[in-house]
Amino acid sequence: MPSPAIRIVSATKRYGSLQALAGVDLEVAQGEFFGLLGPNGAGKTTLISALSGLVRPDGGIFEVMGFNVVSDYRSARRNLGVVPQELVFDPFFSVRELLRIQSGYFGIRNNDDWIDEILENLDLTGKAGANMRMLSGGMKRRVLVAQALVHRPPVIVLDEPTAGVDVELRQGLWQFIRKLNRDGHTIVLTTHYLEEAEALCGRIAMLKAGKVVALDTTENLLRRFASHSLSVRLEQAEAVAALGGAVMSGGWVDFPLDRYEDLEPLLARLREAGARILELRLGEADLERVFVEVMSRA
Amino acid sequence: MHERLIGFRTLLQKEVLRFWKVGFQTVGAPVLNALLYLLIFSHVLDRHVTVYGDVAYTAFLVPGLVMMSLLQNSFANSSSSLIQSKITGNIIFVLLPPLSYREFYAAYVIASLLRGLFVGIGVLLVSFPFVDLPMAAPGWILAFGLMGGAILGSLGVIAGIWADKFDQLAGFQNFLIMPLTMLSGVFYSIHSLPAFWQTVSHINPFFFMIDGFRYGFFGQSDVSPWLSLAVVSVCFVFLAVLTLAMLARGYKLRA
Repeated sequence: MPSPAIRIVSATKRYGSLQALAGVDLEVAQGEFFGLLGPNGAGKTTLISALSGLVRPDGGIFEVMGFNVVSDYRSARRNLGVVPQELVFDPFFSVRELLRIQSGYFGIRNNDDWIDEILENLDLTGKAGANMRMLSGGMKRRVLVAQALVHRPPVIVLDEPTAGVDVELRQGLWQFIRKLNRDGHTIVLTTHYLEEAEALCGRIAMLKAGKVVALDTTENLLRRFASHSLSVRLEQAEAVAALGGAVMSGGWVDFPLDRYEDLEPLLARLREAGARILELRLGEADLERVFVEVMSRA
Repeated sequence: MHERLIGFRTLLQKEVLRFWKVGFQTVGAPVLNALLYLLIFSHVLDRHVTVYGDVAYTAFLVPGLVMMSLLQNSFANSSSSLIQSKITGNIIFVLLPPLSYREFYAAYVIASLLRGLFVGIGVLLVSFPFVDLPMAAPGWILAFGLMGGAILGSLGVIAGIWADKFDQLAGFQNFLIMPLTMLSGVFYSIHSLPAFWQTVSHINPFFFMIDGFRYGFFGQSDVSPWLSLAVVSVCFVFLAVLTLAMLARGYKLRA
């Protein structure tokens, strides 16, 4: 059985009085597209930083592709690419120079073929010779992604990679990241754009106050925590007041639906109550509702 | 080439490129500064002062200026590179790859030493038209040049890691490095000082760096070059161990 792409056991980290990680256990299998969600200050970046060696945890085990990030840090780091949250860059160098330097740090020389491929996929070919200072914020963000990929790491961690990025670029970026995932790369994503996480991630962990408060496949989370809903506008809204679970707002009546199978019986009850439907909408379960519910329960 | 060596060499090349790309500021300007010192002090003092019996003041001054420039620029290189990287956040590009703390240390210190040597050689070259400088024992020149640059490069790594703001680094530079270099015998022989200040000079390690370096030119110095070498070697080992310990712990770099 292959080792997990990421294995974290009992991770703890305290900054003064703040318990940033309070015993996190997490395993991400190779080839997964994994989401790490949580409100600001939940510990997502601390967890990623400890995994990549930027932060020293107080306790716990961190492994990348089976390599301990402390005792076998060289192998662990070779297997990991990190796109940091902050828009940082070295103003002394051009894009290509930076990528060559970054390749060299990982012990790779003559990496121009792969660098060209990354630049093309990230729509940066025309900017290869430009100094970093001359690039827009979105372009700098793409260079950060390129820097994380120069050594072809099997595990890629993206810490809010689309913050402040326009829609077109965001779509291009996800297309490329999806392709990397299809090629076998494990992707770990943190984002505040929950619709992105829902669309991309096969499995999701939610963190709050340094603890994992939910961990499941995206499908199961949606099924477990969020229901569908039926919203109707009726000729006589008061006629359905007696029906259980109805919430009235702005002329509309909302009914929670756990499953689509419950729809027909509900419509039958509406007919029996003498309600005539003028308009009807079905609400889909979404990750935002799951997130709000999980955070309020935790 | 072994990939560890490639990583180290890349960091070294990057650090050298960093100062080379702005060579006017990092090499040209300090050479010009030293040239101005040379012109002014030699014009004022050359006819009035001789040192070590018959050495003209301008000739005496040049090795001191070379070493002072070498030391200050070695310090400036590692310290400014690190504080800039820390403040802008791009230090993570060096912390994420599989580089060991020893490779990190060696790359920063060697790059600093190279900048110091470039500046020192530059000062020496521009002084040739003004002075006939002997080189009695080139081995000592090389030994003290390398050791001095490595010491200040290490001190620059310590200061760059320790400082959180540019003004803290400026304080380190202006209140420690500058006084220690200026009061180390760059511009005078300590034999011309009162006894008390001679004693004080002997607790300044920069004095031994400059005195030993000067011995390489004239075959004469205020103290034995072997004593200077011993003091400088102890300083280097102490600072290297301290810097490596800070890096191994990840002090202020890996929270």
